[in-house]
Amino acid sequence: MKEFMYFAFKNTKFKIGLSILLFFLILATIGPYLSHYKDPLEYVSMSNLPPNKDNWLGTTTFGQDVFTQFVYGLRSTFFIGLFGGGLATIIGLLIGFIAGYKGGWIDEILMMLTNILIVIPTLALLIIIAAYLPYRGIGIQSVIIGLTAWPWTARAVRAQTLSLKSREFVNLAKITALPPLKIVLEEIAPNMMSYVVMVFILQFAGAILAAVGLDFIGLGPTRGISLGLMLQYSVLWNAIQLGIWWWFIPPGLAITMIVSSLYFLNIGLDEIFNPRLREE
Amino acid sequence: MVEIKGLKIYYKTLRGDAKALDDVTFTINDREILGIAGESGCGKSTLGNSLILLKPPMKYVSGEVRLNGERLPIDNTVEMRKYRYKKISLIPQYAMDALNPTRKIGGIIKDLVGQHRVKYEEIEGRLHERLRMVKLSKDILNMYPFELSGGMKQRLVLVISTLLNPDLLIADEVTSALDVSSQKAVSLMFKEFRDEKIVNSIVFITHDIAVLYQIADRIAIMYAGKVVEIGPTEEIMKNPLHPYTKALIKSLPNAGIRHTHQKLEGIPGHPPNLINPPEGCRFKDRCPFASDECLNEPPLVEVEPGRYVACWKVKGR
Amino acid sequence: MLEGEGKMIRVENLTKVFTSGGIFSKNTIVAVDGVDFEIKKSEILALVGESGSGKSTIGKMMLKLLKPSGGQILLNDKDIYKIKNNKEFYSKVQGIFQDPYSSFNPIFKVDRIFKLIKQSFKKEVSSSEWEGRVEEVLKKVGLNVGDVLNKYIHQLSGGQLQRLLIARALLMDVDVLIADEITSMLDASTRVDVLEALLSLKEIGASILFITHDLSQAYYMSDKIVVLYKGSVVESGSIEKVFSNPMHPYTRMLLDSIPQLDRKWEEDRISVEDFDKSRAAWKEGLCKYIDRCPLADLNCVRPKLKLVEEDHYVACVKM
Repeated sequence: MKEFMYFAFKNTKFKIGLSILLFFLILATIGPYLSHYKDPLEYVSMSNLPPNKDNWLGTTTFGQDVFTQFVYGLRSTFFIGLFGGGLATIIGLLIGFIAGYKGGWIDEILMMLTNILIVIPTLALLIIIAAYLPYRGIGIQSVIIGLTAWPWTARAVRAQTLSLKSREFVNLAKITALPPLKIVLEEIAPNMMSYVVMVFILQFAGAILAAVGLDFIGLGPTRGISLGLMLQYSVLWNAIQLGIWWWFIPPGLAITMIVSSLYFLNIGLDEIFNPRLREE
Repeated sequence: MVEIKGLKIYYKTLRGDAKALDDVTFTINDREILGIAGESGCGKSTLGNSLILLKPPMKYVSGEVRLNGERLPIDNTVEMRKYRYKKISLIPQYAMDALNPTRKIGGIIKDLVGQHRVKYEEIEGRLHERLRMVKLSKDILNMYPFELSGGMKQRLVLVISTLLNPDLLIADEVTSALDVSSQKAVSLMFKEFRDEKIVNSIVFITHDIAVLYQIADRIAIMYAGKVVEIGPTEEIMKNPLHPYTKALIKSLPNAGIRHTHQKLEGIPGHPPNLINPPEGCRFKDRCPFASDECLNEPPLVEVEPGRYVACWKVKGR
Repeated sequence: MLEGEGKMIRVENLTKVFTSGGIFSKNTIVAVDGVDFEIKKSEILALVGESGSGKSTIGKMMLKLLKPSGGQILLNDKDIYKIKNNKEFYSKVQGIFQDPYSSFNPIFKVDRIFKLIKQSFKKEVSSSEWEGRVEEVLKKVGLNVGDVLNKYIHQLSGGQLQRLLIARALLMDVDVLIADEITSMLDASTRVDVLEALLSLKEIGASILFITHDLSQAYYMSDKIVVLYKGSVVESGSIEKVFSNPMHPYTRMLLDSIPQLDRKWEEDRISVEDFDKSRAAWKEGLCKYIDRCPLADLNCVRPKLKLVEEDHYVACVKM
């Protein structure tokens, strides 16, 4: 752990990624308390106001406060990343561990399922599911994303489990009469911790992007606000043509920066965990 | 003839330079098989690799290598291209597992000689003849590497690496992954290639001294980046002089010895850390004869004609 | 077998068939083909053969890490696959594997192996007594307590790690130990210490299966030997008899190939695999060694192990 911290704070990519992420995380946490308005959808002012001292990021065509929308939108984005990405990671880990450790016909069935989900275009599936739901909240959206994003994680985890399973310490654990669950949790899983962290980060970023995609084509939450919905509305009401930049730049920039900061974190962690990349 | 003088090759690491090869001097005579033995981490593989391709984190520090009087640019990977494979050829450890699995063996050979601007047609006759020498049918040229057993692959690698009749062939642990019967066959084929003058000299690097006893003319024993003893095979085996060589030979079980009759002895302790090797003799911490004079580094001196030992306790006779 | 005649492990007609391929095409490989042997108390049996001869597969089956396709493994006359309680079985039968570095979980300290066996098998022993026992066995295998406890694997040598595993088996007071190529990744100078430590297990009465490809080591360590070729026993018996009077052409070839320290190879006698089509067309029912045997002809029907002298069995029709 000490060694990890030492290399982590020597790694520029890790530091950049972490700072950007923390900045937006803090903004999402305290933003709603800074804002003068409690409801992001409420019509509070004149329409299409550029940034001013009451509306820090101006207002929309309907006179809603963009800053309020932005900070609440950030919250939804992190929520989707955490729950959608988290769900995908957990399902992927479980299926990967079971398929890899048990092998045999259990493995065959699980991998068949995984491969089917991989070849079905996820976006098309998301559109169909989302279109059939009369009511869609952010929670439902993250569940949908989580349920469709796990397959590649499952495959990667299975491959890792297979390779760890063939190591002799797993055989030694077996002849020490440890039960299978204990072997997976205590012998195999800890050796994959760094990998699991990185998978989660990628799933986090993936879930955010998937949600933005859904929002943008009009299949986002029917209630509430998100960065993707902000983008969709601004485009819908010709904000780009009318030059209302304060409406679409903040959400667009935030999404780009959050996702890139996650990729930076991921590359940074890879260099920290992998001594071979560390040398240079 | 290859002369190596004061060669130092270090490995760059985070904690400092590992002195993998520290001031190594010896010659490889014409028409000989020089065996290099030692335990893992003693620098024997570094020696082989440095004569061919010095790749980071390996770094050249000092010393020189002369091939038939001509200085080899071992610190210059581009200049070395003229010598690699044509004059000096290396069979690295695990070479037999490094054959491209998606190419037929004939194709692999065509690519390889093509890279060195040699037409396949020019060497085809020689290739067939050499395959016969190692008792492989020429049908294997139309096969994939995975269709061959380990022993067959290693014989094939021997043929491939000597197609341009190099002056020096360096073989790094070529028999250690093989079964005993293949080990014998492959080792003897190396010897045959030398006897038939296909290669001028061979450096045979292995941890298995028993194999060296079978085929080597001279043996060099390495310990912790240094050559500690060199001499003719028979003399090294029958009358080892350096305490490390003595201990090493004593630790080997020979067929015909049972534990109930004679106990083997190991060597207590470990080889030193090469980043901060101890002052003086590097074996002194494990040596039963060590004394104060071992705090100074013993030079490799000729104690008998043709026998070189680096130990203060061995006096010339 | 009379009660109290000594504990032992016996393998009867042990067979393992691997199948590969999917639903449409099945390839079967007979890795172990009707192998019999027994190891008595305080006895070391060397199982030798080339890679792919099935020796490790036999070891894995005896450790219940791989299910046999046929035959039985009897521990004190009881089929080990009828012992349903893993704790009961593994408290008597243990194994050590080839790669010491991969035998330890890299993220934990090495002495965790001792804690785990206490948890699994010796709950009733008090902690202080346990520590005493650990120190005692470490001393027995020639390790310094301070050198090895509280360390990670990268701080120890392969020889020390293998001796830690032998100490583990000593601590468990096992009846049977499967030692699968435990010295093949070690340097000569540390190999000897591991072999000596293994002999201390023999002293406490364990039956040891010593799997190796190194015939000199097999002779140094063992009382009996089983020579495998392609999954079948070609020769077996007392180690003295097999080494002094090898009868099977394969055993002779193996013994001829050992690089000795005092005798050079006979250069005219080498055996290499080739593509001699007439012999490669090995058929069901013929001797498996027909593809390389200097004596073979098409009359070599699959031989059975026959007693040629006391304690010495050979499977060759030319005998």
